Amino acid sequence: MSDHHPTGIMRWIKTTNHKDIGTLYLWFAFIMFLIGGSFAMVIRAELLKPGMQIVDPLFFNSMTTMHGLIMVFGAVMPAMTGLANWLIPMMIGAPDMALPRMNNWSFWILPFAAVMLVSTLFMEGGGPAFGWTFYAPLSTTFAPKSTDFFIFAIHMLGLSSIMGAINIIATILNMRAPGMTLMKMPMFVWTWLITAFLLIAVMPVLAGAVTMMLTDRNFGTNFFNAAGGGDPILFQHVFWFFGHPEVYIMILPAFGVVSMIIPTFSRKPLFGYASMVYATAAIAFLSFIVWAHHMFTVGMPVAGELYFMYATVMIAVPTAVKVFNWTATMWRGSLTFETPMLWAIAFVFLFTIGGFTGVMLGVGPADFQYQDTYFVVAHFHYVLVTGAVFAIIAAFYYWVPKWTGHMYNEKLGKTHFWLSAISVNVLFFPQHFLGLAGMPRRIPDYALQFADWNFVSSIGGFVFGASQVFFLFIVIKTIRGGEKATDQVWEGAEGLEWTIPSPAPYHTFETAPEIK
Amino acid sequence: MSVTKTMKKLGALICLAMLGGPSIALAGFGSINMTRGVTPVSEEIYGLHMMVLWIVTIVGIGVFGVIIYSLINHRKSKGAVAAQFHESTTVEVIWTLIPFIILVAIAVPATKAFLNLEDASNPDLSIKATGWQWKWEYTYLDNGVHFFSNIDKASMDTSQRNSGKNPEDVAHYLRNVDKPLVVPVNKKVRILTTSNDVIHAWWVPAFGVKRDAIPGYINESWFKAEKEGTYRGQCAELCGQGHGYMPIVVKVVSADKYAAWVSKEKSEAQAAAAGAGKVWSKADLLKRGEEVFLSHCAACHQANGQGIPGVFPALAGSKVTTKGPIKDHIHVVVHGRPGTAMQAFGTQLNSVDIAAVVTYERNAWGNNTGDVVQPSQITK
Repeated sequence: MSDHHPTGIMRWIKTTNHKDIGTLYLWFAFIMFLIGGSFAMVIRAELLKPGMQIVDPLFFNSMTTMHGLIMVFGAVMPAMTGLANWLIPMMIGAPDMALPRMNNWSFWILPFAAVMLVSTLFMEGGGPAFGWTFYAPLSTTFAPKSTDFFIFAIHMLGLSSIMGAINIIATILNMRAPGMTLMKMPMFVWTWLITAFLLIAVMPVLAGAVTMMLTDRNFGTNFFNAAGGGDPILFQHVFWFFGHPEVYIMILPAFGVVSMIIPTFSRKPLFGYASMVYATAAIAFLSFIVWAHHMFTVGMPVAGELYFMYATVMIAVPTAVKVFNWTATMWRGSLTFETPMLWAIAFVFLFTIGGFTGVMLGVGPADFQYQDTYFVVAHFHYVLVTGAVFAIIAAFYYWVPKWTGHMYNEKLGKTHFWLSAISVNVLFFPQHFLGLAGMPRRIPDYALQFADWNFVSSIGGFVFGASQVFFLFIVIKTIRGGEKATDQVWEGAEGLEWTIPSPAPYHTFETAPEIK
Repeated sequence: MSVTKTMKKLGALICLAMLGGPSIALAGFGSINMTRGVTPVSEEIYGLHMMVLWIVTIVGIGVFGVIIYSLINHRKSKGAVAAQFHESTTVEVIWTLIPFIILVAIAVPATKAFLNLEDASNPDLSIKATGWQWKWEYTYLDNGVHFFSNIDKASMDTSQRNSGKNPEDVAHYLRNVDKPLVVPVNKKVRILTTSNDVIHAWWVPAFGVKRDAIPGYINESWFKAEKEGTYRGQCAELCGQGHGYMPIVVKVVSADKYAAWVSKEKSEAQAAAAGAGKVWSKADLLKRGEEVFLSHCAACHQANGQGIPGVFPALAGSKVTTKGPIKDHIHVVVHGRPGTAMQAFGTQLNSVDIAAVVTYERNAWGNNTGDVVQPSQITK
């Protein structure tokens, strides 16, 4: 009865079920993660030794560009949306998302956008080679023809994100079970609610930026063309007005995931729930007013530079509050270290290192040396790989028993963790040294003083990449079978999703639960 | 670097790491911190960098220490029973205020450094640095010295895919130029950056100067080098496929040497102007044309004249360089092709260079037209 669902390929194409759509998002994200990762392997292989061995500089630039675009728009964001689809209705006691048909459409736009984006690599003149930040005029007057396909792909990805965000807000605000007030919602739901507002605010700005690029390229406008009276710096302001909130779009749901996992394995409630909610909101607000710290070297008036420096370092305050709260949650808990907890603890350590370098970068005068070097590359990989991606992997291990009804293999999970946690540091920590020593980012070949650490970094990269292929094996193995999961799964787990059977039935909470 | 050699280095690294690492002496591995510069601004930046680095390190040791203590002592396997406390307004207020106070303490010296870094007033010397795909053009506004600075040929040749050449055999691989910038020591030099095409960034780490070169804008920054020497940097803003190939080399010399260099530059410019009037032999034109082609054209059209299909057209066997009239060929080189990456070289090269490169392009790679173009034929 309630577990009846359609079968075959049409189940997936026509589905309006939040669990099916969540699964689609997660698989899509994982495939894109592997594709984007393979581009990273090309980059690290070319940088293994000085000299050009594998690719030409233009293709190298395509790889850095596509790696960034695919990881941001194809892997991390869809993975977070997938988690939201699977989890938010189960966490707030709703039968489904508020707008199930739109939900289907927001997912099914993605594969087409992704295919269009990746296909540019095979077009005459090559794919986008101007960096994931696509600064004009390199991305307009001087870009390959395939750039127009890139623009439409960004439009479609943005459309999908906005619809997903609308759906999440509508679901959270309208479909909570009776008694679940806003301040009783799980942290993951809170972080996604705030993230969804960020998405609705900034994705149209990105759409505006690429639309201006489109008309500059094809219809004779001069938004970003200095020779026609336009302004190349305008592009950067518009892009980073989107781009800075974008990094919080990727990290806030990760905060939510970690805030769910740490209390479970500490067997202790989250410390400072209310302050966590306020800190998340504060970070979201600040994310809108700091964008030009990405542009300290463009030649702003010094008053502007000072303002952006002050506002930027202030973000450290609410972020520190979050780290302190996670620490206090573990303090005097009763800790166990199952795989999800290992990933969550690694998140706290390594994300914090990314936060520290964030403060360093925020100090404007010093940023003049860090800007556009490998120091920046190391910083944002610490917050996005050991931050967002580690949280997504933690979420997989934490909730997969609920999704599939099978426990993953603990030994394999821990192997995956230790391989990844060690190699990711071998990969990214030396990049701090490279940046400080003066290696710019996005160069295909480098001076000899950078050779040694690049070699180490590449070795770390290959091991990290291989570890994620191993993860694919674990995912498939867990879906196919494994020890049967209990309904509560984890001893310390609390929340509505742990009250329903494992695997979660196709339809849940058709009658709303009562929250006391 | 051969595989065995790299393996040896890796082995050495692992050994060193096991020994605790402080004795790392290998050149490359040794460089793990920001290098100290030779200007007051770079010294200030270094001080800020070290201050913030120490602050975050101490905070990190504190926070990570607490977590690690918890991980060791509060584990269930040791019989820990979970306490159930979960909020305290007092501690929340304390740990909001402490980071805030630390940040204010950082902001004070940072503000001072910012105001100094951005104060390019009253320079002793002003140089305009114009970014091009992929070279730097320098104009000394005070004395009219003007030249282009390209990556050196040895680096460029070695960095070609499967060049068969070893980067270790090239002095200052990818960080060397055919003609460096020369400035006097202990003088305030103002660098005005702008660009002819896409955004570049002029960066010399030892000076603490990094400034975007943006078309339509002229940005200013400054340095006062306090030590003679040769300082190297490179373009820091992705500017296309040649981004890794636009190094910056600055020679800081004494006032006397600088004055001598300026007068030598001026007399060479006069000699070059005189060369435009004379008739050149085909052999001389071809020789000079090849040099010009390799430093100005080969980045796009490739050393073999084949270009990159779909991006940069081939010159070998193309209509412009073979059957087409010489006049049109010269026109493209002088005026470029607006709206494409093909620059107008009339503003960059003198008429001898243009005549030479056109002659070269009409005779190289099997084009064999036999045409000879003289400087007098070049009309800008």
